[in-house]
Amino acid sequence: MFHIYCPYCEEHREEEEFHPKGQAHIQRPVDPEACSDEAWGDYLFFRDNPRGIHHELWVHAVGCRKFFNITRHTVSYEILETYKMGEKPSITAADLSEKDKQAGVQAASGGWQTVGARPESEALNKEARA
Amino acid sequence: MTQVNRLKQGGRIDRSRPLKFVFNGQQYAGYGGDTLASALLANGVDIVNRSFKYSRPRGIVAAGAEEPNAVVQLGATEAAQVPNVRATQQALYQGLTARSTNGWPNVQRDLMGMVGKLSGTFMPPGFYYKTFMAPASLWMTYEKYIRKSAGLGRSPAEPDPDSYEHINQHCDVLIIGAGPAGLTAAVTAARNGARVIFCDEQEEMGGSLLDSRELIDDMPAAQWVDRILDELSSLSNVTLLPRTTANGYHDHNFVTLHERRTEHLGDSAPTGGRRQARARLHRVRASQVVLAAGAHERPLVYANNDVPGNLLAGAVSTYIRRYGVMPGQKLVLSVTNDHAYRTALDWQEAGCEVVAIADARANPKGELVEKAQSLGIRIIAQSAVIEAKGSNRVSAACVAKIDADSFSVVGRVEELACDTIASSGGYSPVIHLSSHTGTRPLWRDDILGFVPGEVKGLTATGGVRGVYPLHEVIRDAADAGVRATLAAGVKTHAEATTLPQVAARQDGEACALYQVPHRKPSMRAPKQFVDLQNDVTAAGIELATREGFESIEHIKRYTAMGFGTDQGKLGNINGMAIAARCLKRTIPEVGTTVFRPNYTPVTFGAIAGRHCRDLFDPERYTALHQWHVEQGAEFEDVGQWKRPWYFPRTVNGKKETMHEAVSRECLAVREHIGILDASTLGKIDIQGPDAREFLGRVYTNKWAKLDVGRVRYGLMCKDDGMLMDDGTTSCLGENHFLMTTTTGGAAGVMEWMELWHQTEWPELDVYFTSVTDHWATMTVTGPDARKLLAEITDIDLDKDQFKFMDWREGTVAGVPARVFRISFTGELSYEINVQANYAMHVWKTLFEHGEKYELTPYGTETMHVLRAEKGLIIVGQDTDGSVTPEDLGMQWAIGYDKPFTWIGKRALSRPDTRRADRKQFVGLKPKDAKVVLEEGAQIVLDPNQSIPMAMVGHVTSSYYSPTLGHGFALAVVKGGHQRMGETVYLPMVDGTVYEAEIVSPVFVDPKGERQHV
Ligand SMILES: [Zn+2]
Repeated sequence: MFHIYCPYCEEHREEEEFHPKGQAHIQRPVDPEACSDEAWGDYLFFRDNPRGIHHELWVHAVGCRKFFNITRHTVSYEILETYKMGEKPSITAADLSEKDKQAGVQAASGGWQTVGARPESEALNKEARA
Repeated sequence: MTQVNRLKQGGRIDRSRPLKFVFNGQQYAGYGGDTLASALLANGVDIVNRSFKYSRPRGIVAAGAEEPNAVVQLGATEAAQVPNVRATQQALYQGLTARSTNGWPNVQRDLMGMVGKLSGTFMPPGFYYKTFMAPASLWMTYEKYIRKSAGLGRSPAEPDPDSYEHINQHCDVLIIGAGPAGLTAAVTAARNGARVIFCDEQEEMGGSLLDSRELIDDMPAAQWVDRILDELSSLSNVTLLPRTTANGYHDHNFVTLHERRTEHLGDSAPTGGRRQARARLHRVRASQVVLAAGAHERPLVYANNDVPGNLLAGAVSTYIRRYGVMPGQKLVLSVTNDHAYRTALDWQEAGCEVVAIADARANPKGELVEKAQSLGIRIIAQSAVIEAKGSNRVSAACVAKIDADSFSVVGRVEELACDTIASSGGYSPVIHLSSHTGTRPLWRDDILGFVPGEVKGLTATGGVRGVYPLHEVIRDAADAGVRATLAAGVKTHAEATTLPQVAARQDGEACALYQVPHRKPSMRAPKQFVDLQNDVTAAGIELATREGFESIEHIKRYTAMGFGTDQGKLGNINGMAIAARCLKRTIPEVGTTVFRPNYTPVTFGAIAGRHCRDLFDPERYTALHQWHVEQGAEFEDVGQWKRPWYFPRTVNGKKETMHEAVSRECLAVREHIGILDASTLGKIDIQGPDAREFLGRVYTNKWAKLDVGRVRYGLMCKDDGMLMDDGTTSCLGENHFLMTTTTGGAAGVMEWMELWHQTEWPELDVYFTSVTDHWATMTVTGPDARKLLAEITDIDLDKDQFKFMDWREGTVAGVPARVFRISFTGELSYEINVQANYAMHVWKTLFEHGEKYELTPYGTETMHVLRAEKGLIIVGQDTDGSVTPEDLGMQWAIGYDKPFTWIGKRALSRPDTRRADRKQFVGLKPKDAKVVLEEGAQIVLDPNQSIPMAMVGHVTSSYYSPTLGHGFALAVVKGGHQRMGETVYLPMVDGTVYEAEIVSPVFVDPKGERQHV
C-alpha cells in the first residue's frame, strides 16, 4: 500500500484515501471538432505503459478532494515526487541515470520475475573475493 | 504417557507445569514451554504425517517456520478447527488436540502408498502441469483424489467464536527478528531515541541465542537475552511483539505483522471478563525497517533423506538445548561447515552417542572441529551420508567418500548403525520479506546463498545478509541500528553503544554441497527429496530439465517445488542447485523464484479482523429507516444503502409474497397514491457564476435557458460518448443548481465533475458540495398526490402555476421544504425535500393525512416496475458503459448545436458510434402474456440456426405489469429502432424458446399525459 504525499495537504497519507485516475498530462484537444477520428481515438483510448518513470494523476478522494500528479517508478513503485495540477514534473524518463538505463529500465525487457546473472551480483562477488 | 526422549534436566521448558495433549487420538504429556513438535519428539512420536504424493511416513525435520512435514489440524471442537498449523510453531497448552493433515486414512498405515505404488505413475513429475494442460476432464478425474489425499487441513464448519483486530501503527524503526542481530539493533535504536516496534515470530524472543553454546559478556547467551529484553520492556519508546510474524513487506515500508495473542493458551481466547482478540494484524508504516530474519539451515539431499529420524543439524541442537529433548540415541552428522559441529557436541554432552561426523570438506579445521576431535568423535573427511536406511525410522547411515566436482561417490560405502541423521549443507538467508518488495536477491559465492537486494528504507543485518559469526553479527547489527535511527530522522547523538563482548571464533571455510552423489544416478537411486512437503525429488528436477524446462520458474511449476504452504523454505536453494548442475550453469544463472506474502500462513480471521458480519461494509440508512423496519419492509442493498424493497402486508394471517406486494403497490400508485423514500438519490449542490456553463459541458443537453424554478432531466456521458449517469438538475438561483444522480453513482459523479473542473477547466468559477445526506426525499405519486399534498403545504399546487418539471419552495407539514414536480412513475408526482432531521415528522404527517386516500408505501421493486412501464432507464441496468444516448433513442436530450464541445459529443460522430447495427434500446412484448422473460436472456432473430447462434441483443429489465396484465421487458437489440413490430426469439437453457415482439419501450401512457395533470 502506497504512502502518498498530498501536495495540497502537505502530508503523507495512506493510499486508501486516494484514487488513481490514470496517466497524467493527457490534455483534451482544444478543438475536438477539428480532431480526426484517429486523433480523437488516441486521446480517448491510448495510454503509455512504461517500465520505469511514469506520471500519474491521483485524487485525494477522502481528503482534500484535490487532483494532483505523481511521478512513480513502475518497477520499484517508488514515488519520486508529487506535484500540483498545472505544474511540471521535475523528474522525467530523460533524467534516468545511465545505470538504470543499462539495467533495462524503460525497455520492455520483461521476465523480471526471474533472477538472472546481474551486474550487481558479479560486482558483489568480486568484492567478496578480494 | 512417559516422555521417553525427555532429558532429565536442561532446556527452557517449565517442568513444574505438566500439560496433557492429544495427537491423532492418543494422549501424551509435555511441559509448559514445549512446542507441539518438541512434545511429540519427547514422547518418541516418529511419524507425524504421510507425504503428499508417495504417502511415505514423515517425521519432524526442523524446529521453526521452515518445517515441511509436521503440519497439523488443530482444535478439539468443530468451531476451533485451524488447518495448516506447523507443530514446530505451535506452543503446547493443556488439552491441545491435533491431527495429522495428510494422514488419510491413518499416518501409521499406508493406504495411499498402495495407490502410489500400484500405479507408479499416479503423480509423476509434471503431474500438475500435464493435468492442467490436458482437457478439463482429466482434472475432474484426479481432483477428488488430490483433495482427499493432499489436503493440508480443512476449515471449520461452525462459526468462529473468536474476535480479531487490526491495528494501524507507525514507528521510526521496525525490527523484524529477535535473534542476536535483532536484539542488538533494537537496543541500539531504542537507546538512541527511536520509536521502535520489535517483533519476532517465536514464543520467546532470542532466536538462535536460546540454544547457543556461546557466551556474551561472559554470561550464557540466553541470560544476555533476558537482560536486553528487560531493558527494552522498560523503555516507553519500544513496543515488543513476541509471537508476531512479519508476514508481508509491502510498498513504501508498509509491513503486516500477524500477532497471535492467545493461541498459546487454548483453542480459543480465554473468556474471563471481556473476550480478548485471538489475533491482531498490525498494519505498520515504518520509516525504516531493520530486517534481522536470520538464516535457515539447508539440509543435504541424499537418498531416503525423508525417513523419520533425518533432521536438520541445528534443529537437533534446538531440541536438546531449548526443549530438553533427545530426538534419538545414536547420531550420524553430515556437514559442509564448522557451525554444525555444535550438534555433535550438544548430542554427546547430553550423554548419547555420536557415531561419526561425515564432513564433505577434504581437510576440516576450526575450533569446533578441534573440539569434536578432542572429545574423541570420529570425523570422516571428504565424505557425506549418501543414503539413509530404515522405513519408519532411520536404522543406519551409508557414508561414503564423495567428489563434488565430478558428482560421484569415490570410495567404498560404510554402513553406520544409527537412529538419527542430522545434516547441514550451510545456511540460506531468510530473504522472503525483502523479496516481497520486488527487489531481486543477489547470489554470493562466499556464503553460498542469496542475500536481499536493495530496498529503500530497509537495512538487512546479521544472518539474513550472510553475516554468521556471533561477534560479527553484533557489530553489524549495532551499526544497522544506528544507521536506521539516523535514516528515520531521529535526532540523536548516535553514540555507538558499547558492544557486548563475544569471543571471536575461528571457523574453517564451508564447502558447497547440495545434492549428495549416490552410486546410482539420481533417476535410479532411492528417492532424494528436495521439497519434502510436495514430494519433489532430485530426479524430478533432473527430469524437468531433460524435458526442456530451463527457467527455475518453469521448473517450479513443472515439479510443484516450493508450491506447499512452506513455500519451499528448506528446498528451494537445493532445487536450484540441482537444476544448475543439470543445466551446467551457476545457481544465479538459474535464478531464484520470487517469494510473495505471506511468509507463513495467516488465518482468515486475522485478515478479516472486525470487517465481518455487520461490519463487513458500512451500511447507510435513510432518516426514515426505522419506520420502514417497523412496517416490516424487506430491504435491498443499493450500494451501501439499505432501501426498502417492498412492504409485504399480512392479510388474514398470511404474509404477502413479493409478487403480491409489488402488484398491490403498483396498482395503488396507478389508481390513487403511493409514497417512496427516495432519500438515497445522490444530491450535489452546484454554485458559482460559471455553474450554468459547467452543466452545459458535462451534460449532453442544454442548460443555458433553464429558469429559476425549473427542473431538467440530463444525461451525462464519458468523453467516449457512452452514458455514465442520468438525473435531474434544478435551477435554484441564477448561480445555484441542485443536481441529482443515481443512488449508486453519487460519489463517482462528484469526483467526475471535480476531475473536469480541476484538470481541464480550472478557469470556471464553480463549486460542488455533496448534500445527499442533508436532504430527505419523499416522493408522493399517483392521481391523488395533489389532494394529499395540498392538505399540508402552503405552496400553490395549481396545475398551471406549479407545472410538471417545476420546483417550489415553501413549507410542508410546517417545516421548510423544496418540492419538485418530477415523475419517475409517469403519474402526477411531487418529490418533497426536507432537512433530513425533519423527515420522520413530515413522513408521519403525510400518512396521517393520507389514510383516507389509502396512501401506500412502496419500495424499489415497485419503483422499478413503474419506471420500466414508462420506458425510463436505470443507468447500470439498462446500460452497461457501451450505450450512447442515441442508442437509447434519446436524441431529444442531445444538444448537438451547443457552442462548447461537451463531454461525449465528439465521440458520437466516430464511425463506431454511427454504426446502424449498434444495440439499441427497445421494448419487448412476450407473445405469451404469462411469460416474464429472464433479465440477461440473449436475443436471436432465427431460432432454428445451429449453435453458436448469432446473438443480436439481450434483455436488460423484465417484469410483470399488474397495470397491463402481462409480462414486458426492456432490451437492447442490434438495429432495434428499425425493427419495430418484428418478432425475436429468446432460447433458454432448458430448451424453451420464447417469442417476443419488438415494441416501443413506453408501455403505459405513451403520450405522457398522466404526469402533466
Ligand atoms: Zn490532500
